[in-house]
Amino acid sequence: METKKFEPKIIAFVCNWCTYTGADLAGTSRMKYQPNIRMIKLPCTGRIDPVFIIKAFERGADGVLVSGCHPGDCHYNAGNFHARRRWIMFNKLLDFLGIDESRIHFSWVSASEGKKFVDVVNGFVNKVKAKGPFEKYAKLNKEYVING
Amino acid sequence: MDDIKTIAKELLSSGKVNAVIGYVNGTDKRTKPYIATTPEEADKLVINDYILNNLAVYLTRKEVEKYGKVAIVAKGCDIKSIVALIQESQIKRENVHIIGVNCSGVPKDFGIEFNAETISAKCLNCQVRTPHIYDSLTGEAKDLPKADDNNLKTIRKVEAMTAEEKWDFFEEEFNKCIKCYACRQACPLCYCERCIVDKSVPRWIERSAHKRGNFSWNLIRAFHLSGRCIGCNECERACPMDIPLSLLNRKMGMTAKEEFNYTPGMDINTPTLVGSYDLKDNEDFIE
Repeated sequence: METKKFEPKIIAFVCNWCTYTGADLAGTSRMKYQPNIRMIKLPCTGRIDPVFIIKAFERGADGVLVSGCHPGDCHYNAGNFHARRRWIMFNKLLDFLGIDESRIHFSWVSASEGKKFVDVVNGFVNKVKAKGPFEKYAKLNKEYVING
Repeated sequence: MDDIKTIAKELLSSGKVNAVIGYVNGTDKRTKPYIATTPEEADKLVINDYILNNLAVYLTRKEVEKYGKVAIVAKGCDIKSIVALIQESQIKRENVHIIGVNCSGVPKDFGIEFNAETISAKCLNCQVRTPHIYDSLTGEAKDLPKADDNNLKTIRKVEAMTAEEKWDFFEEEFNKCIKCYACRQACPLCYCERCIVDKSVPRWIERSAHKRGNFSWNLIRAFHLSGRCIGCNECERACPMDIPLSLLNRKMGMTAKEEFNYTPGMDINTPTLVGSYDLKDNEDFIE
């Protein structure tokens, strides 16, 4: 019997103005990329609360892709600068807690970079495939611990 | 130097402030927080080795806000949290009269003798034993007892672990959590009127004390204090399950220092870390 290949579940949090439009360009240009990502559109990378990323892992995501406008291109002027600072701190915290930083991928993809979007997605999906499933967070599931 | 009673009485009788938040004697080797509103009440205030509570937590409470201008008795670390509250526009500098206390260190908890073994980890590398910002000053700083910084040693130990070991270490620690939110209540910087765990639609963080909810809560609590925590360690002291929250807080404080050369609570005119940005922030990790 053929063993089932591991297909990672990846959640992508992207900004409305750049990466989402970039993904749209990839689509209208008939470029193909791996179908493992579920995309969630937000107004700005500054809107991506780290709690979203935690929630994705809680619900069993194997990887999280975060992407938005290049620095200086933000539709709201400074949203991505604030986001960048937040990610630096968040990354360090995850690392300290033992969550593999490479499960989260950050990128800047502009509206005209359909090709880059395809490369980013394929690269990240392959990386997560090689790493295997990320289960430890989702496995914490409903084990009650009221025992003192 | 005037003692605390003289200062407080003067402030209250002259009408400069409407209340003084300070400490009064509790039972053996303890103090308790006290709000004095008249000069007679101010007679009860004390300063001793056991002024542990960070009273800055009261400044953002509605019950205290109603007094208008208040004076507050604060050690150096407590003053850092007052400054952080001013930096974050939660209180106004002109509404708070800071009675700084020259601090000789404090023990880890109430009810124990104060010596080299029981000194709180936060005191060992303290830069503000003589307060950096104050309106009145009281108390006398004695030499600190010498002690090893075991807290920092544990941080270094965890940093050296593999990802799996780190995860197991923290999973076990967070496992103890009973979700009482004492850490949040004791924290002067956790002033949100509605905490993220209290929001039920959508439910971001599961509230029951199971492993997953515990992990997410402690992770998010630490993140919300990243670059803001001034290290008063009140959360850890308040924790009934002895979760080493200071490891996370201190690690994130060290990160803020390394990455951005930022220390919260030092200057009221410095913008906060996450409330500002620099065009040259590191982006090596972004593709």
